[in-house]
Amino acid sequence: MNWNLFLTELVAGITHGSVYALIALGYSMVYGILKLLNFAHGDVYMVGSFVGFGLVTVFGGSEALSVNVWILLFVMLFCAMLAGGLLGVMIERFAYRRLRAAPRIAPLITALGVSFFLENSAQLILGAQYQSYNSYGWHNGALWASGFTLPSGVHVGLPQVIVVVGAVVLMLGLTVFVRNSQLGKAMRATSFDREAAAMMGIDVDRVIVATFFIGSALAGAAGVFNGLVYQQVWPYMGFQAGLYAFIAAVVGGIGNLPGAVVGGLVIGLAQSFSIGYISSTFSDAIVFAVLIAVMVVRPSGLLGRAAVQKV
Amino acid sequence: MSGMDGGRDINPVPARPDEAQSPRIGVDEWVASHEARRQLGRIQKELERIPRPGFYLAFAIGAAILPLVTSDGYIIRVGFDTLLYMLLALGLNIVVGYAGLLDLGYVAFYGFGAYGYAMLASPKFGLHWSTLAVIPVVIVATAILGFLVALPSRRLLGDYLAIVTLFFGQLFVTVYQNGQAMSFLGFSRQYDVTGGPNGIPAVDNWNAFGATISSLRGYFYAALVVFVIALAAVYLVDESRTGRAWKSLREDPLAAEMMGMPVNRLKLIAFAFGAAIAGLAGTLFAALNTAVFSADFDVPTLIIVYAMLILGGAGSLGGVIIGALVVNVSLEVLRTPDHATWVFYGLLFVTLLVRLRPWRVLATVLGGTIALGYAVHAISSAFWSRGVDGTASVGGWLGGGLQGWVLHPSNPQTIGNVAFVLLVLAVLWVTTLRGWWQKLALIPTLYLTAFVWENRLVVEPSITRLILVGVILIVLMNARPQGLLGSARVEIV
Repeated sequence: MNWNLFLTELVAGITHGSVYALIALGYSMVYGILKLLNFAHGDVYMVGSFVGFGLVTVFGGSEALSVNVWILLFVMLFCAMLAGGLLGVMIERFAYRRLRAAPRIAPLITALGVSFFLENSAQLILGAQYQSYNSYGWHNGALWASGFTLPSGVHVGLPQVIVVVGAVVLMLGLTVFVRNSQLGKAMRATSFDREAAAMMGIDVDRVIVATFFIGSALAGAAGVFNGLVYQQVWPYMGFQAGLYAFIAAVVGGIGNLPGAVVGGLVIGLAQSFSIGYISSTFSDAIVFAVLIAVMVVRPSGLLGRAAVQKV
Repeated sequence: MSGMDGGRDINPVPARPDEAQSPRIGVDEWVASHEARRQLGRIQKELERIPRPGFYLAFAIGAAILPLVTSDGYIIRVGFDTLLYMLLALGLNIVVGYAGLLDLGYVAFYGFGAYGYAMLASPKFGLHWSTLAVIPVVIVATAILGFLVALPSRRLLGDYLAIVTLFFGQLFVTVYQNGQAMSFLGFSRQYDVTGGPNGIPAVDNWNAFGATISSLRGYFYAALVVFVIALAAVYLVDESRTGRAWKSLREDPLAAEMMGMPVNRLKLIAFAFGAAIAGLAGTLFAALNTAVFSADFDVPTLIIVYAMLILGGAGSLGGVIIGALVVNVSLEVLRTPDHATWVFYGLLFVTLLVRLRPWRVLATVLGGTIALGYAVHAISSAFWSRGVDGTASVGGWLGGGLQGWVLHPSNPQTIGNVAFVLLVLAVLWVTTLRGWWQKLALIPTLYLTAFVWENRLVVEPSITRLILVGVILIVLMNARPQGLLGSARVEIV
C-alpha cells in the first residue's frame, strides 16, 4: 500500500472537511430553526474569503507582508466573521423575514435570488478573475515550511494545522455556547418548536437574527481558512463550496450540529480520496453517489433522528 | 398554518355591529366567496368571459405574424429564443407551479435533450437519424432520467429534492464538460462521449419527410409549432384529473394523501413530464445552434427560467408566456447601452408614477431629485473637476440632459463600485422607513441610482442582466409572490 498517497489524501480530506464542516454548521443551524435551505450561505463564505484577501492586500500583499502572521490571521478572522455575520443578518432581515409565513417554496426561490445577486455583484465589484492569498509567499514561505512531517514523508504545513485547529476551536465554542448560554438554550428551544418557544416568552426574532449572525460568521471564518490553504478566491467560489457543505449537512443529518461536522469530514474525505485514487474530474460523481446512498439507506442523515411529521 | 395569532377569541364580541353577519377573514366561508369578492373592472369582466384557449390562440397568431412584418434576423432570433424559454418555463411550470416541487436540476434535462439530439444526429458517432425518430427517443429518455433523479427523494421532504436536483445539475455540467475521455473502472480504454469542452459541433438540422429546416425563420415556426403543441398538451393535462390532483398536492400533500391520491406517483409523473418538455426544448436548441456546449446548461440559465416563471406567476399558463416574453426581451434590450438607458429611466419613472401618490409626493420627489442633481453637479464642477469629465451612456437629448445632471467621473470604476455598495445599502434603508422620511430618503437614493447606472451598470451589461435577474426574484417573492398573472393564494388560518 502506498502510504504516502494515503496520508496525503487523508490530510487534504481532513483540511477540506473542516472547511465544509464550518459552512455546513451555518446551513444546519438556519435549517433547524427556519426549515429554510439558505442557498445564499455559500456566498457569505465567498464574501468572508474576499475580506481576508483584502486584508492581505492592505498589509502589503503576499510578497511583502508588513505584519506578524498571527496578528494578520487574527485580524482576518475577526473582520471576515464580522462581515459575514452582518451580511447574514441583513439577508435575513431584508429577504427572508417577510416570507416566514409564506408557502415553503417562496423563501427557497428568494434564497436562490439572493445567492445569484451576491455572486454577480461580487463579480461586478471585484472582477471575474481568480485572486490568490498566496500564503506560500508570506514571509518567504516561513508559514508552510514550519509544521510537522508524518511518517513516510508527508509534510503537513502550518496553515493546514491552523485550519483544522481553528475549525475545532470554533466548533467547540459553538457547542459550549449552544449548550450552556441562555441564547443557545433559546435557539435549541426555537428549533424544537418555534411556536411553543414564542409562547414561553422567547423572542424568536432575536433568536433567528443570532442564528444567522453566528452561522454566517462561521462561514466567513471558513472563507479565510480556505484562502489560507487553497489560496484562490473568486466570485463564484461560494456556489461549489456551498453545494458541498450543503450535502455535508444532509449527509450528517440536517438540523443536527454534530451531524454537520461529521458530514463535512465524510464529504471532504470522499472528495479527496476519489481525487487521489479514482479520478479528479469525477469526484463530483463520487460525492453524489455518497449523497444518494445516504439518502436511500438513512434518509435522516448519519446522526439525524428520523423526522416525525406533525399532523 | 396554525399561527399563534390565528386562534379564535374565547369570548367573541363583535367589534362592529355588522361583523356577526359578514364572514370573518380566513374562515372557510370567506375563502369560498373569495372569487365573488374580487373587484373587477368592466374590461376585465369582458376579458374573463373569453375562454383561456382564446388567449393562447391570439398569442400564437401574433407570434406567427412576427417574421412576416420584419426580416431583421436579430429580431427573429430573439423571438426564437423567447419561444424556447417559454417552452422551458412551461415544463418548469408543471414541476414548480402545479406540483410545487423545487427542481433545481431542470436545465440539466434541457442539456440532456440537446446532447441527446446532437449525439443521434451529427457526425460525432456517424448517426444521422431523422428528427421524427430522434424526438420521441429524446423525450422518453429525458422523462426516464427525470424519473430516476426524483426517485431517491420520493419519500422525503421537498427540500431534499432541491438538494439532489441542484447537485444533479452540477454533476451534469461536470460530466459533460469532461466527457471527452470517459473510462470505466478498471479499463484503460477511454471513450470520447460528449466532446468535453469542445462540445459536439456540426449538428444536423431538423428534417422530416425529406424536407430540412435550415433558415432562422423556419426554426422560428418550428419552435412556435412545438410550443403550441406542448401548450395544448399541458393545458389538457391541467384540466384533467391528474392536473387537479397535482394542484391539490401542492396546496396540501397530507390532505391529498388522505383523499386517496397516490402522492409519490403524482410527484414522479410531474417531474418526468417537466423533464420531457425540457428535453424537447433541448433538441430545438441544438438544431438551431448546430453545436452544443455544456456551459449553456449551467446555473445562470436555470435562474433565468425561474425568474420567468416567477414573474409570470407559477401555476399560470398565460404567466409562462408573459414572464418569458418580458424577461427575455428585457435581457436582450440590456445588451445595447443606448436602449438599456432609455428603458432603465423609463421604468424608473413609471414605477415612481405608480407607487408615489398623491401627485404632490411625486412632484416633490422628482423635483427634489432633479434639484439635487444640478446642485451636486455644480458643486462638483467647482471643486472636483474630475467628477464631470466623463461622458453620458446615451446620446440625444436624454444624454445631453444626463451629462449636465449626473456626475460622470473620468475613471469611474472604483468610485462606481463604492457607489454600488452604497446604493444597495440605501435601497435597503429606504424600505425600512415610513411616511415622509421615506420620500425624503428616496431623493438621494434615486440620484445614487442614476449615478451607479451611468458609471457602472451600463458599462457591464452582461453582469448587470444577471444582477437584475437576482433582484427580480428577491423583490417579486417579497412583494408579489403570485407573479403578474397568478391569483393570490387565500389560506385557511
